[in-house]
This record gives sequence, structure tokens and C-alpha cells, in this order.
Amino acid sequence: MTDWPILSTVTFLPLVGALLILFIKDDNELARRNVRNVALLTTVFTFIVSLWVWIDFDASDPGFQMVERSEWIGGSITYHMGVDGISMLFVILTTFLMPLCILASFESVKMRVKDYMIAFLVLETLVVGVFCSLDLVLFYIFFEGGLIPMFLIIGVWGGKRRIYASYKFFLYTFLGSVLMLIAIMAMYWNAGTTSIPDLLQHPFPAGMQTWLWLAFFASFAVKMPMWPVHTWLPDAHVEAPTAGSVILAGILLKLGGYGFLRFSLPMFPLASADFAPFVFTLSVVAIIYTSLVALMQEDIKKLIAYSSVAHMGFVTMGIFAANEQGVQGAIFQMLSHGLVSGALFLCVGVVYDRMHTREIAAYGGLVNRMPHYAAVMLIFTMANVGLPGTSGFVGEFLTLLGVFQVNSWVAIFATTGVILSAGYALWLYRRVIFGALEKESLRSILDLSGREKLLLYPLIVLVIFFGVYPMPVFDVTAASVESLVNGYTAALDAAASGGVAALH
Amino acid sequence: MMPDMLTSSLSIAAPELILSVGAMILLMIGVFMGEKSSQTVTGLSVAVIIIAALWLILITPLGIAFGGSFVLDPFARFMKILVLVGSAAAVVMSVGFAESERFNRFEFPVLVLLSTAGMMMMVSAGDMIALYLGLELQSLAIYVLAAINRDSVRSTEAGLKYFVLGALSSGMLLYGASMVYGFTGHIAFTEIARVAAESGSSLGLVVGIVFVLAGLAFKISAVPFHMWTPDVYEGAPTPITAFLAGAPKVAAMALLTRFTVQGFEPLSDQWQQVIVFISIASMVFGAFAAIGQHNIKRLMAYSSIAHMGYALVGLAPASVEGVRGVILYMTIYLVMTLGTFAVILAMRRRDGMVEEIDDLAGLSQTNPVMAVFLSVMMLSLAGLPPLAGFIAKYFVFMAAVQAGLWPLAIIGVLASVVGLYYYLRLVKVMWFDEPAEAFVPMAIELRAVLWVTGLIVFPLYIFVGGPVFAAAEAAAKTFF
Repeated sequence: MTDWPILSTVTFLPLVGALLILFIKDDNELARRNVRNVALLTTVFTFIVSLWVWIDFDASDPGFQMVERSEWIGGSITYHMGVDGISMLFVILTTFLMPLCILASFESVKMRVKDYMIAFLVLETLVVGVFCSLDLVLFYIFFEGGLIPMFLIIGVWGGKRRIYASYKFFLYTFLGSVLMLIAIMAMYWNAGTTSIPDLLQHPFPAGMQTWLWLAFFASFAVKMPMWPVHTWLPDAHVEAPTAGSVILAGILLKLGGYGFLRFSLPMFPLASADFAPFVFTLSVVAIIYTSLVALMQEDIKKLIAYSSVAHMGFVTMGIFAANEQGVQGAIFQMLSHGLVSGALFLCVGVVYDRMHTREIAAYGGLVNRMPHYAAVMLIFTMANVGLPGTSGFVGEFLTLLGVFQVNSWVAIFATTGVILSAGYALWLYRRVIFGALEKESLRSILDLSGREKLLLYPLIVLVIFFGVYPMPVFDVTAASVESLVNGYTAALDAAASGGVAALH
Repeated sequence: MMPDMLTSSLSIAAPELILSVGAMILLMIGVFMGEKSSQTVTGLSVAVIIIAALWLILITPLGIAFGGSFVLDPFARFMKILVLVGSAAAVVMSVGFAESERFNRFEFPVLVLLSTAGMMMMVSAGDMIALYLGLELQSLAIYVLAAINRDSVRSTEAGLKYFVLGALSSGMLLYGASMVYGFTGHIAFTEIARVAAESGSSLGLVVGIVFVLAGLAFKISAVPFHMWTPDVYEGAPTPITAFLAGAPKVAAMALLTRFTVQGFEPLSDQWQQVIVFISIASMVFGAFAAIGQHNIKRLMAYSSIAHMGYALVGLAPASVEGVRGVILYMTIYLVMTLGTFAVILAMRRRDGMVEEIDDLAGLSQTNPVMAVFLSVMMLSLAGLPPLAGFIAKYFVFMAAVQAGLWPLAIIGVLASVVGLYYYLRLVKVMWFDEPAEAFVPMAIELRAVLWVTGLIVFPLYIFVGGPVFAAAEAAAKTFF
């Protein structure tokens, strides 16, 4: 079993499901049910197979594991897959959230079900491929390829302004990434390879690092998204169908953070050190500014979208603190945010499916009719705020701890973001859930159905479990993060002593 | 001695002979049997092209013929195969159109054969005379083809426009060629390269190069010599546009590559500026001008202008990697163009052909197969991974980055973002808009072309990409 290409299996299994769906020809209720079931079974099965990756994973090894490699076009691009402590959990997060997305769409998506499920399955393949690829060009192929299904998901099944939102999403992210492509080519000619493990060992000249760092930053900052290039995100979130928002917030945003960890920090350490204050500034602005913007939103989804931008600010800050607490915290924050924001969007989907509006003003007093829903929403709101005991706390605390060692002012300003997030989240909760049930339209609203409980309860368990006992995550990431941080500081020391030597 | 040279030369030029002789025989058949023979002639002309292609691949030896005028090297062989594929597919795709639009003209396949023979000559040209002969044989046949719908004002206008501007460009090319001859004393590319390396550049030589480049840029419709393209694309009958957009571009690009890289490699820093300028202008102009188009044939015209710009990105560095990129780019471009035109030719309602982009509205619900393939083509033309168009762009830009041509590479990728905008519009119309009236079912031959090209663009290139890449690399090494 050790030679079995497990990562390729996990990556391409959803495509098999998509092919099966392609052959379901009819378009009646039975066929649609078959399509949904095939999609659900495929994603559940993919999740189970992906657990194998976790079981087989050797946490003490900081390098890449389960590596597969074969020649592809002309030897300059290789098919090269593998995971390490940084990427492995993102694979699991993706395969875990996918069945939830499919299940969440069972009733809300009624038209063109077949196309919808195929788009999601293709998207899963491409996203898992991003986290597994160990060749820079292969990474880019998966990274950009993911835009196509997401464009269709927003554009076909989205809300009123779906076309504007889908274009904005596509063009913003594409514009960010093309410069990265040029940087990838420049790296190839400098290092003679596009293999990520080799590039991690290759010292790029200091002058070149600056340009490469900026090109990669353009791509990942848009994807992340960082202030001020975050404006596509609220539009995309508001217009996307529920499951689309879950994937967007839960997984696609993590591609940016993953990119910083995989490329910017270890490959261009000198430039990263130079630009760290710049990133800190943008992160702090993002945390404070977008939290304030979130306060004033009238649309529930938009509010959560802005809060995502703020939470991603903690991630970028933690990554460029470049110490173990910061990086560990950033990874944990990304995983936790994947669960929490995904769950919040699912919660919005629950009431949207009933009322077909996301206006905060249209709700109020839901606790009277929907006690289960109120409890679930409370837990996720608290996790979003970062209450100790939920997974949100661990990530935010660690990133702040990491940044504090580097620059205490940044940490102080960022901490105000925690207070602000409590402000907007609790106020949202107060306006939607509490109060008297005055609106006529809400009188007959129903509490969570069995399917919705099945969606949300596992997320509650995970959010609280990782809030109380985060060690399963840190066990996996520790070795890789340690080697990442050591490599980074070693590169800086070498450059410093080299600079001193040059002076003499 | 003389007969020996002749027989060896003839065996090298055998595919061209097959095409020319075939064209004449088919012309006779057509003349004696009249209009009703057009189906037979069409079928036979495809057979002639296939025979020529097989002959080229299996039997024809590599070598130099006719005292250096005619060269068959790996590069020429690769590009000729592309040309033949493009021509054959264009003829095949005309069958359904001929039937439904009463376009029964046996001259069409015959002229395509003659034009193809001219293109093969262009690809193999070893000196200036052969270059001009091939170019004119190709062009004259195409002038007639563009105007073949002689009762249509648009078609005759397209033909006339193309002819007048084409004659002008031929004049410039000839003038440039005479300057080159005057300042080097040679007409053969290899000799010119030798002299250029020995004595360096001179003002007259540079003027000559620029004029020849201008003439060739006209043939590939690169900015600023692109004005004819949108009108001819729109005015000519669609099967002829499909032909025009494929094979002639490949042949002209091959000729341009041979002229610059084989003939003037020592002076590369002289012509490089010209190519860089033409390339940037084409990419940017093609991207912006296409945004406002409503007619899909005009859109494809601007898109082809932009694509020639991208292919030239690979030519600018004058390196093995660059030429390899150009070859790959033209291969993938040809496949994408044929696939797109298979869809355009299938845009038929009961009351006739339509060619507005809005006619594609909601195609994903009325004809999902067509919509999926056209979306794949559009996104591939935009250069999005994981489609084949990305691989094409990747290798040309990689060569430009290697040569340090940063402005070219950066402006190029930014132009591709603008390009994405209008390609996305087609995807949007097909997937997001409410369905319009459905098209009549696709003809079988269009369906065949669409499936083959569509599957190559994704996912077959993943598997056949390796051997094609190796062949392109071998072909590119011809010049270095």
C-alpha cells in the first residue's frame, strides 16, 4: 500500500464522480436525486480516503511525504505531488467541507443541478491539487484553474448582481496571478527547475527576491484578500449561493495564506524581512478598518465577508512575524476560520432558504421560533469573536503572541480588532436572534431540519474540540513550521554576516 | 549529373507536386462535370491533402532541393503538417455549409489546394525568390476565395480590400527583398546570414529587413498591418474565414521565423526591436479592440490579431526556446481556431446562419455539448490553465523572460487579462443568459472536428503534449 499514489487518488477522485454525473442523462426529479447522491457519495468517499493521508502522515518528518513524481511536458514541467505539515491539513479541510457544501445545496439548488454538482467536484479536484502540488507550474495550473468553476458557480447560481460579482472575482484574481506567472518563469531560469523542494533550497539573489516577492504578493494578496484589494470578496460572497460562499471563505481564501507560507517566506526570506513592516501595516489596517466596515453592514453575508477580511489580517500578520508562534497561529487561524466562517455562511443559508432575504432588518426575535438555530448561531458567533474555548481563540492568540515579539505596536493595534469583532458579531446576533418576534413573515418560520443539523453539529464539535485541545493540529504542523522558521532565520543571518563581511 | 539533381529535388518536393497535380485534375473534373461535382471535388481534395500529408510524413526525405531554393528540414516538416491539417479541416467543415447555403462551388476546394501548395512552398522557402513565389501563390488563391460569394456585396468588398492591401504589402516585401539583395549580394537565407555575420549591419540592409518584415506582418495580420482582417473575416463566407484564420497564419509565421532566425540571426538586435513593437502593438490592440465587437467573426479577427502578437513574443528572443515556443503556439492556436470555427459554422437556425454573439445566449441549456466545447475554446484562447492555450502562452513567455525582455513579457500578460474579459463575455452569454431559440443540430463533420479539437485542448494535450513538445524542440533546433 505504500506505493499507492494516495495524493493523486484524493485529488482526482472527485473528477471520477463528475464523469459519472455526466452520464446521468435525464432531467427529472429522480435523475436530479441521483445526481445529488452521486456527488455526496463521491465527496464523502474522498474525505474518507483523504483521512488515510493523515493516518499515514509522519509528523516528525519536516520534509515532503507521499511524494509522487513523473515527467510531463518536455521535462520542464513535472507532475510532482507531496504534502508536508503545512499543506496536509488544508487537504483534509477541503475534503471535509466539500460534502457539507454538497449537502447544503440539496434543497436550495433546484435548477441545473447536474452542472452545479460537476462544477463543485471539479473545484474540489483543483483545490486539493493546489495543496498537493510540488511543482511550481503545476501549482499555478491548479491555482488558476480553480477560477473557472467558481466563476460559473457565482454566475449561474448567484443572486441579482451575479454577473458583476463573477466578473469582478475572475478579473481581480487573474490580474493578480499573471505577474506571478512571469515570476515563476524568472525563477525557472535562475534556478533551472520548477520543483518546489529544490527551489526551497535555492538561494535567490537579494535584488531578484524583491521583485519575485512583489509578484507573488500581488497574487496572494488578492486571493487572501488583503486590504486594499479585498473589494471583490464582499461582492462575490453576497452573490454566491450558500455553498459557494462556504467554499470561498472556507478554502479559497486559504490559498493566499498557503502561498505566503509555501513560497514568499521560505523562498524569498530577505525580501520577506524587508517587506514585513509593509505587510504588518496592511494587516492592521485590514483588521481595524474592515471591522468598522462590518459594523455598518445591512446584509448578513456582507458582514461575515468583511469579518473574513479582518480575520485574514491576523493570518498575514502571523505569517510575517516569522516565528513559531506566529506561523503556527496563522495556520491554525486559517483552519479554524475555514470551519467557523463556513459554518456562519451555512447558518445564513438556513434562514435565507426560508425567507429569501439576507437583510438584517428583515429578521429579529428568531430565538422564539428557532431555539436550536439560536444556540448553533451563538456558538459560531462566539468562535468568530475568538472566545476562549473555541478554535477562534487559539489562532488569534498565537498570532498576536508571535507579532508581539516582533513589534508590540502592531500587536496592540491588532488586539483592538478582537474588541471590534465582538462588537459587530454580537450586535448582529442581537439584531437577528434576540428581541421580540414582531415581523409578520417570521411567525411561521421553522427550526433546523434534520439535514441542517447534520450539517452544523459536526462543525460545532470540531470548533469546540480544537478550541479546548488544539494539539492534533500542532502535532502535525510543528516539525514543518520549525524547519521553515529555522531556514528563514538562517537565511537572514547568512545575509547579515555576508553584508558584514562585505564591509570589511 | 543534372537529372540526378532533378530527381532528388523532385522527391523532396513530392508533397507539393501531389497537391498541384491534384488541384489541376480536380479542376478538370469540376470544369467538365459542372456545379454538381462540387461534393465529389470536395471529397477528393481532402483525399489529396491526406495523401500529401502521409507522403510528407512517411516517404519524403529531408534535404535541400533546387539548388537551395527549397528546403525540407524538421522545422519545415512540422509546420507543413500543421498547414495540411488546417487546410483539410477547413475543407471538411465546408461540406454542411455548401449544402445548406447553396454554396456549391467546386472552385473552393481547388483554390484551397493551390493555396496550400503555396503555403508549403512558403514554409520551405530557402531564398527570397521562393519566398515570394510561395507567398503570391498562397495569396492569389485566397483573394479569390474571399470574394467567392460573388453575389454578396460584403464578400466582394472583402476580396477587393484584401487584394488591394495585399498587393501593397507584396510591393513592400519585394522592395525590401531587393534592398537585401543589393546590400548582401545574395538571395539565399544561409548566404545572407553568412554575409551579415561577416560584414555586420548597414543602413540599407536594415531598411530592407524592415520592409520585408512589414510585408510579412501583413500576412499574419499583426498591428499596424491588420486593417484588412476584421472586414475580410466578416465578409468572407464562414468556411473561408475558417480556412483563412488557420493554415495561412501558420505558414506566414513559419516564413517569418525562417526569414528572421535563419536569414538574419546575426542581426537579431536590429530586427528584435521591430518584432517587439509589432508584438506589443498586436497584443494590446487585439485585446482592446475585441471588447466592443458583437459579431463573432469580427471578434475572432481581433482575437487572431492578438494571438499573432503572442506568437511573436516567442520570436523576439531569437533563441531555441523562443522558436520552440512559436511552433507550439501555432500548433495550439490552429487547434483552437478550428474548434471555434466548427462552432461558428454550426450557428444555424431554421432561417439561416447567424453570427451575433447574442445568438449564443443560453447555449448551455439548448446545446450543452456545443456550449462546453466553445467555453473550453474561449478559456483556452484566453490562456487559462489547465487548458492547452496556457501551455502555449507559457512557453513563449518563458523564452521572453529568459532573454530578459521584461516589458514584452509584462505587457503581454497584462494584455491577456484584458483579453480574458471579452472571452469571458462569450462564456457569460452561453451560461448566464436566458436561452434564445435553439440552433439546428450540428452537422456530423463539424461535430467530428469539434470533438477532436476540443478533446485535444482539454484533456488530451496532457498525454500527447510530451511527444509534440519533443518534435517542436527538434524542429526548433534546425536553426541553431
